Amino acid sequence: MAYSDKVLDHYDNPRNVGSYGAEEDGVGTGMVGAPACGDVMRLQIKVGADGIIEDAKFKTYGCGSAIASSSLVTEWVKGKTLDEALAIKNTEIAEELALPPVKIHCSILAEDAIKAAVADYRSKQGLDTPTETAEAA
Amino acid sequence: MNRPIYLDYAATTPVDPRVVSKMLPWLFDNFGNPASRSHAYGWAAEEVVELAREQVAALVGADPREIVWTSGATESNNLAIKGTMQFHGGRGKHVVTVRTEHKSVLDTVRELERSGCEVTLLDVKENGLLDIDAFRDALRPDTVLASVMFVNNETGVIQDIGALGAICRDKGVLFHVDAAQASGKVAFDLDSLPVDLMSLSAHKTYGPKGIGALYVCRKPRVRIDAIIHGGGHERGMRSGTLPTHQIVGMGEAYWLARENMGAENERIRMLRDRLLDGLMSLDQVFVNGDMERRVPHNLNLSFNFVEGESLLMGMKDIAVSSGSACTSASLEPSYVLRAMGRSDELAHSSIRFSIGRFTTAQEIDAVIASVSSAVRKLRELSPLWDMHSAGIDLSTVQWASH
Repeated sequence: MAYSDKVLDHYDNPRNVGSYGAEEDGVGTGMVGAPACGDVMRLQIKVGADGIIEDAKFKTYGCGSAIASSSLVTEWVKGKTLDEALAIKNTEIAEELALPPVKIHCSILAEDAIKAAVADYRSKQGLDTPTETAEAA
Repeated sequence: MNRPIYLDYAATTPVDPRVVSKMLPWLFDNFGNPASRSHAYGWAAEEVVELAREQVAALVGADPREIVWTSGATESNNLAIKGTMQFHGGRGKHVVTVRTEHKSVLDTVRELERSGCEVTLLDVKENGLLDIDAFRDALRPDTVLASVMFVNNETGVIQDIGALGAICRDKGVLFHVDAAQASGKVAFDLDSLPVDLMSLSAHKTYGPKGIGALYVCRKPRVRIDAIIHGGGHERGMRSGTLPTHQIVGMGEAYWLARENMGAENERIRMLRDRLLDGLMSLDQVFVNGDMERRVPHNLNLSFNFVEGESLLMGMKDIAVSSGSACTSASLEPSYVLRAMGRSDELAHSSIRFSIGRFTTAQEIDAVIASVSSAVRKLRELSPLWDMHSAGIDLSTVQWASH
């Protein structure tokens, strides 16, 4: 199977692998996907007092494209405001990684992971909570 | 980079060099059509075709007159199933087969359903084997045909063909067996095994692709309709010019299998055990399929909390197959493992290693090292492994579906 060089690079050298304690200050956790579907992404963002995402970490169970998509978004969300992070679209992820059509769902999942992490952060801060929180119970 | 280590012998095998050298003279020097009765080119070709028929028959304990050449096991399965249902359509419309069959059986019976046949698909037990009583109960007075594969292509488990065939004979049901993965791996003798039709393939047994055979029992005489017409070759059951070089290749491959099967199986079993021991030292590794009733060539393992496709990506130096079909739009994992009641997670985490004639112990050791390092790396990346290590039971987690 032909993976793009960028997918291979993220697979071989995944960026920002790891976890924060879920209760750590300023951390928002988004976990999306299901083992039965073959992919689960956990994206965590650490938000500074100025509302800027300082750092992000991920762990992903899934195919190479799923790992690359989540690795990529940890790089992309850093330095962004929450609203800027929410503006990241799956199509941009798919384009950057040159994902084939059968792997588009990986980029959608990565976009969902950002949304879930931001929603979790906001709900912990007592900010407005979107209703579509997708998080493991 | 060297070529990847090949552990996908269940997909196909290299053609044994001894087979290649037997095939070559039948391409240019002796190119005659075996059906040409009027000159020496044809006679020479016919002679080797008939010798190959004897070689194939010898491996499976058949009479050479019971061997019909086809293009491979897929065609043999089509011919056996469609040909039986067409010829015996007046007796009934019911076919019994199994969920874990090869697609060339499942798609064929689905096609028959569209033309009015009724199909029962049997489940298998957790170990991949059929429940003999369930099989017996599924046969009805209007059942014409039962089709069960000898050795499963994904798990290597061996069905009890003798017992199943005896039930079919008792109930007057014709019995077809797809033996593509069994020939040269399991010793059997069709002279005593109660089987009416058996599909055989060359390229799983170190012969060339594009040639196979259908065994059609003569005692008792089994009759089927042809599905390919045009000249009445192969006693009317399969028309088309015989590919002499391919047939010579299949004959030689089966002859070599017959000579070497015992010693080869023992050597491969040793390699399989070495691989299994090496990989079981990783935590949370499960064998798919029965370990006793199984050809030694196959080891199908699930590496829990690691997705199969990413694992394949992590071992680029090894050629194997994954039970995860994440590449398909449907995201369906292996239907064979699902039918065995394996969870989707474990099915997505499965890898089929299949060992063969040219596998060496050094290769097995390299594979153990490569797989172990890929599994460890991916588990470091896996949120599921995290949760498992933290003592969370993943089955209690409410997953957000997508």
